[in-house]
Amino acid sequence: MTLVKISHGRRSFIKSSALAGGGMMIGFSWLASCKPTPEQLLTMPKEWFKINGFLKIGENGVVTIMSPNPEIGQNVKTSMPMIIAEELDVDWKYVVVEQAPLDTSIFTRQLAGGSQSIRHGWEGLRMAGATARQMLKEAAAKAWGVPVSEITTEASMIHHKASSKSAGYGEMASAATGIAVPKEVKLKEISEYKIIGTSRNNVDGQKIVTGKPLFGLDYKKEGMLIAMIVHPPAFGLKLKSFDGTAAKTMPGIKDVFKINVYNEGETQWCDTISFNELVVVVGNTTWEVMNAKKAITCEWEQINRKEKDLPFFGKTKTVVTPSGLENSVDHLAKMIAASKSEATVVRKDGDPEAAFKKATTILERSYTAPFLAHSPLEPMNFFAHVTAEKAELVGPIQTPEFMEKSASIRLGLPIEKIDIQMTRMGGGFGRRLYGHFVVEAAVISQKVNAPIKLIYTREDDMTTGIYRPAYHATYRAALDENKNLLAFHVKTGGVPESSLSANRFPAGAVDNYLAEEWTIVSNVSVGAFRAPGSNFIAGAEQSFLDELAETMGKDPIDLRLELLEKAKTSPVGKDNDYEAERYAGVLQLIKEKSGWGKDTAGLHRGVAAYFCHNTYVAQIVDIEMKDNAPVIKKVTAAVDCGIVINPVAATNLAEGGIIDGIGHGSYSAITLKDGIPQQNNFNTYRLIRHREAPKEIEVHFVDNKKDPTGLGEPLNPPVIGALANALYKATGKRYYDQPFLVDPKLMG
Amino acid sequence: MAAFNLKINGVNKTVDVDPTTPLLWVLRDHLDMAGTKFGCGIAACGACTIHLNDTAMRACVLPVSAVGDQEVTTIEGLSEHGDHPVQKAWLEHDVPQCGYCQAGQIMTAAALLKENSSPSDEEIESAMNGNLCRCGTYTRIKAAVKTAAKNM
Repeated sequence: MTLVKISHGRRSFIKSSALAGGGMMIGFSWLASCKPTPEQLLTMPKEWFKINGFLKIGENGVVTIMSPNPEIGQNVKTSMPMIIAEELDVDWKYVVVEQAPLDTSIFTRQLAGGSQSIRHGWEGLRMAGATARQMLKEAAAKAWGVPVSEITTEASMIHHKASSKSAGYGEMASAATGIAVPKEVKLKEISEYKIIGTSRNNVDGQKIVTGKPLFGLDYKKEGMLIAMIVHPPAFGLKLKSFDGTAAKTMPGIKDVFKINVYNEGETQWCDTISFNELVVVVGNTTWEVMNAKKAITCEWEQINRKEKDLPFFGKTKTVVTPSGLENSVDHLAKMIAASKSEATVVRKDGDPEAAFKKATTILERSYTAPFLAHSPLEPMNFFAHVTAEKAELVGPIQTPEFMEKSASIRLGLPIEKIDIQMTRMGGGFGRRLYGHFVVEAAVISQKVNAPIKLIYTREDDMTTGIYRPAYHATYRAALDENKNLLAFHVKTGGVPESSLSANRFPAGAVDNYLAEEWTIVSNVSVGAFRAPGSNFIAGAEQSFLDELAETMGKDPIDLRLELLEKAKTSPVGKDNDYEAERYAGVLQLIKEKSGWGKDTAGLHRGVAAYFCHNTYVAQIVDIEMKDNAPVIKKVTAAVDCGIVINPVAATNLAEGGIIDGIGHGSYSAITLKDGIPQQNNFNTYRLIRHREAPKEIEVHFVDNKKDPTGLGEPLNPPVIGALANALYKATGKRYYDQPFLVDPKLMG
Repeated sequence: MAAFNLKINGVNKTVDVDPTTPLLWVLRDHLDMAGTKFGCGIAACGACTIHLNDTAMRACVLPVSAVGDQEVTTIEGLSEHGDHPVQKAWLEHDVPQCGYCQAGQIMTAAALLKENSSPSDEEIESAMNGNLCRCGTYTRIKAAVKTAAKNM
């Protein structure tokens, strides 16, 4: 057993005396609002005993475990409690999960982003469970007058085998609260796991399929008003004047006014916003406010060019916001021009210029991808009730801790008076990292002195930016007369950010390597979109490697394995951002599981692999042509994320990432004309649908017992490359410009 | 504003609203039923799917004045104990990720299976194509529909 000294703040493990349970209803509102079947009914305890900040145990053995992180569909609400439950050694059927409140003194890093929840929480969650288990053991030892070393636990039972004494956790819970928090705990070995590594159903599954009010948009409070915004129709415009008189006379409308969302110079990284000055309409019901919104008339004027030094993860970067109404056509022209001009060298190994000069063959290809709107299915929304005494903020947010600070600054209320409650989120994908809508709701509530729910229509959601940037990448490879790889060059950039990660494979595997980047300034706002940077560059890189393999006369998997072998045995340069052996591992696994190399008539296969957000992924896309159109028959994935906490959920999330990548790579784009997004709802912005999804997805996990890493973001980047490579085999055409399956004439 | 007598999940409800109010907002704002979701407002995403008699409809574009005395079934009323074969199949296959689209998906699937008790893959895809899932649970949904079909 692993022995771990308690390193986290001891106050994280507060013990408290018995909490009167008040009967049935604490936190278990679903019991009140639906009639559970006999199988579903879990008798609620009469009393709760809070063992530490993460869990409380009832006298009847029911355990409530707090899930610390925001839930965006990555199902940490099931897997994080599973980790605690494992070390606590409870029977999972007695576990009830609640969303934890925002309290980073107990929970630390309550953020949904970067695919880090499990990776960051791995140690602390186990310690929380193990500490509580130790306290239960010591309580039993004390009660029975035996040494604690003779006490064992198993699935919610405490045993002293020598004297045949047993007790359920519930019986010892009260006494456990009187035990001092232990200085050391023993963690389980992987071989002892009963919960981690087994498939457990989504803890909210029953509530979801019966339509319980779980999401931000569902949150309701007595006396709550509805608020909506009117924003400039184009990037590059701001409010000049507005007329709300007609709207104010409409039924159910309380007021129409304008707000400044943020004050100058008081913003953090998560306060990205497209339009700081907004017109707001407040009324009784959503339909009334939607109609009044349409009756507001506004005059707009162009913004002035701005240069701002912004805080950027400990450093400062100067951000230029140009004036003007921009067009996607111009963005593309500028990107192509930049790809041929001088750029910033980020990494250079060997002498790439010399290598290219003496090359017999140079392969050069360019790739592009457009702006994307995150489009989580639940539009932006937040509830706020702000008084002089406090701000009650409730809704879907990936960054509650950061937004608590932003709200405090903007409202002029100390942080102790800001209370943020996380609801379940109808998707995030990075969009809900940027909580301007939290501040908007708070400012509106403060202005009207009432509780309000701010709702964005889908059009508001889709046209207020914070997009995935538009990108361009040029890859070059130099080959000698024997088709040996001499040099590798990537030059890439975007509007307004580059997607380059210069230390990723094949850096480290090629003697002469050059990575350069450039940017194009823009007044279109952008933000992190599921696997930022990677969500473009992985597909471009993996498509290029496919063409390179073909040019070199090699199998595409073999080429990658050869390069990885070199990176392992004689790596080039330093800070190579991958472990060659693990990277090769997923390629070997996919080769084995997919039957790669055995050609099946009519089946066209493309492969790709990538490492990002700490997880290795290899994928093979299989396409069949049907009536001259490509149909994705199957996607096979090999994933190395270390220990898999909850296999069914891990597989589901991996499938989701695959469909996300294929969908966006094939169909989705935001294009601009005179600053106006040409897509504002799902009739013009295309997301992948049932008919277009792969017919089958098969996910294999490497079984290596390493510390767990995330799955939210590693799957969508490389699959776009695998898709392009399969499309080539199916159609004889290479696909360079996303979205692949949409007529470019329609893109404007 | 006008009074409308509606039959929702077998229960008579009266609301006093503008006749153009979509049934979606009558349910969510006036009847405290948040199971039917708002995703787009133009019947392009399917999150607002309900049954009108036995037909799947998008509540976001269905004005309350058009409902009349037809029976409305929402996700809350699909079954009394959350054990409709479609709901059970959804749990058996652990379908939801974020869960926001799933009420609409379930309602569309339930309507399909009432009309066609053993749909082919193509028929499932066609019937469900109007329901978006941004999280990508499509393959799982299809498997769940096939399981539910066996248990209808």
